[in-house]
Amino acid sequence: MNALKQYIDLYDESRDLIEEQSPALLNKMRRVAREHLEDARLPRKGSEDYEATDLEAVFAHDYGVNVNRLPFAADPAETFHCDVPNMSTCLYYTSNDAFHSSATAERNIGQVVVEPFSMAAVDYPELMTAYYGQLAHMSDPTVALNSLLVQDGLFIYVPDGVVAERPIQLVNIFNAALDMMVHRRLLIIVGKNAGIKLLMCDHTQSPDYHYLNNQVVEIVAMQGSTVDYYDMEESTPLTNRVSSIYVDQHEGSNVLINGITLINGFTRNNYHVEVNGEHAETQLLGMTIASGEQHVDSHTFISHNAPRCHSNEMFKYVLNDKAVGAFAGKILVKPDCPRVEAYQGNRNLCGAPTAKMYTKPQLEIYTDDVMCSHGSAVGQLDEEALFYMRTRGIGIDEARRLLMQAFVADVIDGVRLDALKDRLHYLVEKRFAGTLSNCASCMQACRPNNKK
Amino acid sequence: MKEIEKPEKGNQIIEEAAQAEYKYGFVTDIETEVIPKGLDEDVVRRISALKREPEWLLEFRLKAYRHWLTLKAPTWGHVHVPEIDYQDISYYAAPKQKTSEVKEIDPELKKTFDKLGIPLEEQMRLSGMAVDAVMDSVSVKTTYRERLAELGVIFCSISEAVKDYPDLVRKYLGKVVPYTDNFYAALNSAVFSDGSFVYIPKGVRCPMELSTYFRINAAQTGQFERTLIVADDDAYVSYLEGCTAPMRDENQLHAAIVEIIVEDRAEVKYSTVQNWYPGDKDGKGGIYNLVTKRGLCRGDHSKLSWTQVETGSAITWKYPSCVLKGDHSVGEFYSVALTNNWQEADTGTKMIHLGKNSTSTIVSKGISAGHSQNSYRGMVKIAPKATGCRNFTQCDSLLLSDTSGAHTFPVIEVGNDTSVVEHEATTSKINEDQIFYCNQRGISTEDAVGLIVNGYAKEVMAKLPMEFAVEAQKLLSVSLEGSVG
Repeated sequence: MNALKQYIDLYDESRDLIEEQSPALLNKMRRVAREHLEDARLPRKGSEDYEATDLEAVFAHDYGVNVNRLPFAADPAETFHCDVPNMSTCLYYTSNDAFHSSATAERNIGQVVVEPFSMAAVDYPELMTAYYGQLAHMSDPTVALNSLLVQDGLFIYVPDGVVAERPIQLVNIFNAALDMMVHRRLLIIVGKNAGIKLLMCDHTQSPDYHYLNNQVVEIVAMQGSTVDYYDMEESTPLTNRVSSIYVDQHEGSNVLINGITLINGFTRNNYHVEVNGEHAETQLLGMTIASGEQHVDSHTFISHNAPRCHSNEMFKYVLNDKAVGAFAGKILVKPDCPRVEAYQGNRNLCGAPTAKMYTKPQLEIYTDDVMCSHGSAVGQLDEEALFYMRTRGIGIDEARRLLMQAFVADVIDGVRLDALKDRLHYLVEKRFAGTLSNCASCMQACRPNNKK
Repeated sequence: MKEIEKPEKGNQIIEEAAQAEYKYGFVTDIETEVIPKGLDEDVVRRISALKREPEWLLEFRLKAYRHWLTLKAPTWGHVHVPEIDYQDISYYAAPKQKTSEVKEIDPELKKTFDKLGIPLEEQMRLSGMAVDAVMDSVSVKTTYRERLAELGVIFCSISEAVKDYPDLVRKYLGKVVPYTDNFYAALNSAVFSDGSFVYIPKGVRCPMELSTYFRINAAQTGQFERTLIVADDDAYVSYLEGCTAPMRDENQLHAAIVEIIVEDRAEVKYSTVQNWYPGDKDGKGGIYNLVTKRGLCRGDHSKLSWTQVETGSAITWKYPSCVLKGDHSVGEFYSVALTNNWQEADTGTKMIHLGKNSTSTIVSKGISAGHSQNSYRGMVKIAPKATGCRNFTQCDSLLLSDTSGAHTFPVIEVGNDTSVVEHEATTSKINEDQIFYCNQRGISTEDAVGLIVNGYAKEVMAKLPMEFAVEAQKLLSVSLEGSVG
């Protein structure tokens, strides 16, 4: 069986329709993708880099693809109030795969450009041509599939020297009344000495349908730029996601990526960072709180192609019930890249006999003058700490929650936005308490002060 | 006052070390019976016939051979094994015994083992160790057999064991490493020549170290030895293995299997000092050391400990593993792998926890110099029913040159919530402050590196039996002399 075939056939049938609605550049890449998909197969469980994850099975479900670009009735800006309190973000929405602006989007965005590919192809053709599809690897069949079927995407451009005052928040919502697959795509270009903070939230409105988000994000961080990318998934047990983030870092750039999974069905996160300039700094942080049958697989690859760089990774998992967690991280230091410092950590709590954790930290080093390390641990909460709390009158459940919160706290503390940090602490607390529900009722859940 | 050494000195020292001659590279001029090159069913039958084996063993070999034909050589290792022409290797080479009726060994052979420092003559030996010496495809001589037999300990070559203890061999052969296990295991099962067989009966603590010395002598042959160790309930044995080969320009294949079975409360300690010819400074020649080693801790409270010092071989592909089936069983793996010039090593271990409260410890120290590539590859797997398990893994890499590589590829799978698994790894170059400190106190850079590296590997060396520890330490300092990056 080849799960890709149904989507390739769909493309072959509706090629004209898809191409008609998309910028020429996307269509050009589509043809490259089609060639790559000719003999491609999605990895099965147990194949290299997919020890715990069966992508073939995830894609095998019969998802609908909105090739006709039919608009969905609800206006997300009206329905959702996802802005973070005290953060005043510039808020944008993606309803399934269609892009919407909101009332708050216009406020004081300065010179930062946020627009759909269809507009960017007209406004910034050089940038689009130079960077679209250049970082993502078509050899990955999910990336090729995204490139084949993507019809629009979001283009974020911060010109040289511009530091965005407000964070940009993009809320991705599934709200179709049918099983659906979307191909979201982001191209983020941050110019020399520019800076931006991005917050991505994935939500699902209808908990009864199966959704699959196959997204590709390309980030170019120019000389001396600073990029914060926070990615939070809080959907439903029927929402699946395959996300591939590709980063190209130039000299002196500083990139922070923080991926948080609170509620989901199946998630595979790929992080691929190419550090191409000296003195660049990379931080990859991840936190997963999984219960039920949630499946979260994170795969990181940091390639140090230049000397005197610094990277730091920390991924933490808390697994309960029948949840499955997987982490595979690789640090590559190429020859002639002295003085690279690279650290990788993966800490996991297994809270139930049926929870499973797979971890594969890897180092591949070809230069001698480096400091690299990785550490990985799978274990349980400290019995003594639990006992200490119980002797002081804290119930076992409460004590466990407190310790689990403390366990993930350093990933949240890596967030460089105070308001977001507070909100995450709040959400994690609710998540552990089991009172964080899906998006349909998020107006009660997400905001502590939302009275609606 | 001593002048501070210039950086160029480091390179010079490396060159010297690289040119340091491989001590065991001589060839023994001895008449050898070699069967012609090539591999087919007839060759398998012929090996079996030469060794006068029973029918069941021939069947085992043929099944393995047929299975091997369906397999492809694995490519996942971080090593570059060139395409091996399996028809261009001779699968059996035996030193001819000149006088067959006298139970004396050939003087030429004896000289070879004397050069290697292997005490074959019982009267001459002081170290208190029983030795099985294997040259090419046959076991040449096993010492101390009689004394061991008094205790019921069986220590002999596997060919003899097949004749003398067929039931035991048949019961255990291929039970830990089945011929279907992997490409090289299938090949070995089809054509294995000799190796050691050890059986320690119930409640016996083997009074001396058992040792096998492997030597490849004949050209264009492969060595496919097979070792089987069984420790019955409450038994204990410490087993040592050493290996050398002559210097030759072409590569030679060594594909061995070691199987160990540990019953209730028994303990087996398996130590290896592997010093096959690593090839010259340009990476020409050397042994391809592609071996499968695995132990099954079948009994409760059983213990298996692997200690290895890997300094030789052009390519090493070896993962001594423990299947911890018994409750409270213990697996240990201590390894120092040193690669220099163009050597490639991909080594590590697998700890498969199936029994409750089983524990394992992994300490791996890699040292890479020259243009070599050194990888640790390991797996720790905790089965869902194996509750209360504990693993600690530490793998450190030391880089002595900017052209070498050090890599770690561990896999951890935890299937329950009462087990704790920890993994730590670091990679760095030798600490310049430490070298500077030594220099200040009049210790040359070369000696300082030796000191630091020996200190770095000490944790593993301390696990080796004394006789081996001395040899291993010498080996490390020879290979390390002045490898300052």
